[in-house]
Amino acid sequence: MTRSAGRVQGSARTLDKPRRGKLAIHLALIAGALIMMVPLLWMLTTSLKTTRSVHLPPYLLPTEFAWSNYIEAWRAADFARFYINSGVMTVGIVGGQLLFSSLAGYAFARLKFPGRNLLFFLVLATMMVPLYVTLIPSYLIVRWLGWLDSYQGLIAPRLVSAFGIFLMRQFYLSIPSELEEAALMDGASRLRIWWSIALPLSMPALATLGIFAFLFSWNDFLWPLIVTSSAGMRTVQLGLAEFTGRYGTRWTLLTAGSLTATLPAIIAFLIGQRWLVRGIRVERMK
Amino acid sequence: MGVFTIYPILYSGYLSLHAWDGLTAAKPFVGFDNYVRLASSGVLGRSIWVTLYYAAGVTVGGLLLGLVAAVLIHWVGRGAAVYRSIYFLPAITATVAVAVVWKLLLDPGSGYVNTVLRSLGIIGPSWLRSPVWAMPAVIVVGVWKRLGFNTVVYLAGLQTIPHSIYEAAEVDGASRWNLFRRISVPMLAPTTLLLAIMSVIDSFMVFDQVFIMTGGGPIGHTEVLGLLLYKLAFRYLDLGGASAVGWVMFALIAGISLVQWRLSGSGSRGVGL
Repeated sequence: MTRSAGRVQGSARTLDKPRRGKLAIHLALIAGALIMMVPLLWMLTTSLKTTRSVHLPPYLLPTEFAWSNYIEAWRAADFARFYINSGVMTVGIVGGQLLFSSLAGYAFARLKFPGRNLLFFLVLATMMVPLYVTLIPSYLIVRWLGWLDSYQGLIAPRLVSAFGIFLMRQFYLSIPSELEEAALMDGASRLRIWWSIALPLSMPALATLGIFAFLFSWNDFLWPLIVTSSAGMRTVQLGLAEFTGRYGTRWTLLTAGSLTATLPAIIAFLIGQRWLVRGIRVERMK
Repeated sequence: MGVFTIYPILYSGYLSLHAWDGLTAAKPFVGFDNYVRLASSGVLGRSIWVTLYYAAGVTVGGLLLGLVAAVLIHWVGRGAAVYRSIYFLPAITATVAVAVVWKLLLDPGSGYVNTVLRSLGIIGPSWLRSPVWAMPAVIVVGVWKRLGFNTVVYLAGLQTIPHSIYEAAEVDGASRWNLFRRISVPMLAPTTLLLAIMSVIDSFMVFDQVFIMTGGGPIGHTEVLGLLLYKLAFRYLDLGGASAVGWVMFALIAGISLVQWRLSGSGSRGVGL
C-alpha cells in the first residue's frame, strides 16, 4: 500500500492529469463503498425507526430514534438465549480448533513418524470434499451418540479443520528448529516443547485461525439448523431465520434482530482485521 | 478428523447406493437407482442448471467488480485500507442477516429497490417471486457478498507485481488503461484462476442465502443443489437420494476445477492449489 502511494505521488509531481484522475478514482470508490454499505446502513437506520415511518422512502434517516425496537425484538424472540447458545458453540469451536490444529500442525511439521506424509496428504485431500458429502453421515453419528439438540452435537464435528492444521503446519515449518533443539537436549518432552516454545511463538498464526473460526462458527447456519430442534438450543442465526418467518412484516424488528445477529462478527472483524487478511493470503496458497 | 471427515465420506458413498429413510432398520442396496431416479424425474437436472447459473453469475460478476475495485484501491494509495475494509464488510456479515435485509429491500411494494426504480419511471418486478428475476436477484446479493473477498486477494496479488514494470511502461507513454490491460490483467491471471476456482466451489455450496431469500422458489427456480440435498434428507427422509446429490456436487466441483485448470494452462505455470 505504501509503495503504491509513493508511485502515484511520484507521477503526480510530473503531471497534473493524474491528480484529476485520482479524484475520479476516489469518487468511483466512494460510490462503490456506498453501494457496499447501503444495505448495512439501511439495516441500522430502519432498526431505529418507528413502525410508522418505515415505509416513507424519502427519509433514509429515522426522524425519531426508536431504541425500543431492540428491546422489543429481544423480548419477542429470546435473543438472549440464542446469544448464549451461539456463544457457547463459538467458544467451543474456536478453542477446539486452536488446540487441535496447533497440536496436529506441530506434529506434522516437527515429528517424524511412519505414514506422516500419507496422513498429511489425507488431511489436504479432505479439504477438496464439499461439506455436503459428509453432512448426512455426520448428522447420523451425532444422532447415534445421542447428541442431537445439544452443545456437544453443535461443536464436536467442527473441532478440527484441515485448513487449521495446514495453516499451523506451515507456520511451524517457518520456525527455526534450533530453538527447540536446546530444550530437547535438556530432556524436555515434545509436548512440553510444544507448550512452552512453539505455542507462544505461534500467536500470530493462532490469532489468524481464531478469527477465521470465530466468523465461521458465529455465522454458521446449516449445521445448527440440522442438529438443533428445540427453541432453547437455537443459535442466533437460526433464531433470526425463524424470527423472519414469524415477523415478516415488522421491518423494524427484523432489522434490529439482523443487526443483533451480525454485530459480534463485525466487532470481531474490526479487531482481527489484519489477521484475517493474513489468513486469506495463506488460504490462497493452499 | 477421522470420525467426522474420513468415515463420513466413505459412509455417504455407501448411503448413496442404498434406500433408507434414516429411521427403519432396513437399508436395501439399490445400486445407482438413487442417481437414476433423481435424474429421470428432472429434479436433479434442474437443480444442477440452477446451481451453475448461480455459480457463473457470482463468479463472473464478483471477479470483474472485485478486480476493478482492487485496481482502483491500489491506485489511490491513500485511504486504501479504509476502502478495503468497507468492501470487505459484506463478506463477514452473517448471511442470514444479509438475506433478511435484501429480502426487505427487494420487497415488490415498499422495498427500496423498487421505490428507487419507480422514481426513475420503471416498474420493478416482484423480484423474489418472479421465475425470471428471482435468480438474478439472488446472484446480485451473492456478488455483493463475494466481491470484498476477491478485492482483498487481488490487492495482495497487485502488490507482488514489480513497480519497475509499470514505471518502464509509463516512461514509454502507456495510458492507465493500457497499464491495466497489458500489465495488471495478465500478471494477475494466476490470482484470477485461483479466485475463480474458489468462487465456483463456494457458489456450488450456497445454502443459507437461498434458503432465506426464496426457499428454492418460485417453483424450484432457485432450488440449488444444497437446498435440494437438505430437502431430500430432512423433509422427505430420502437419505440415499440426498447422499447421491452430495456426490453429484462433489463430481461437478472436481470436474469444473479440472476444466478451469486445463483451460488456463496454468498447471505448467505452477500455481499452488
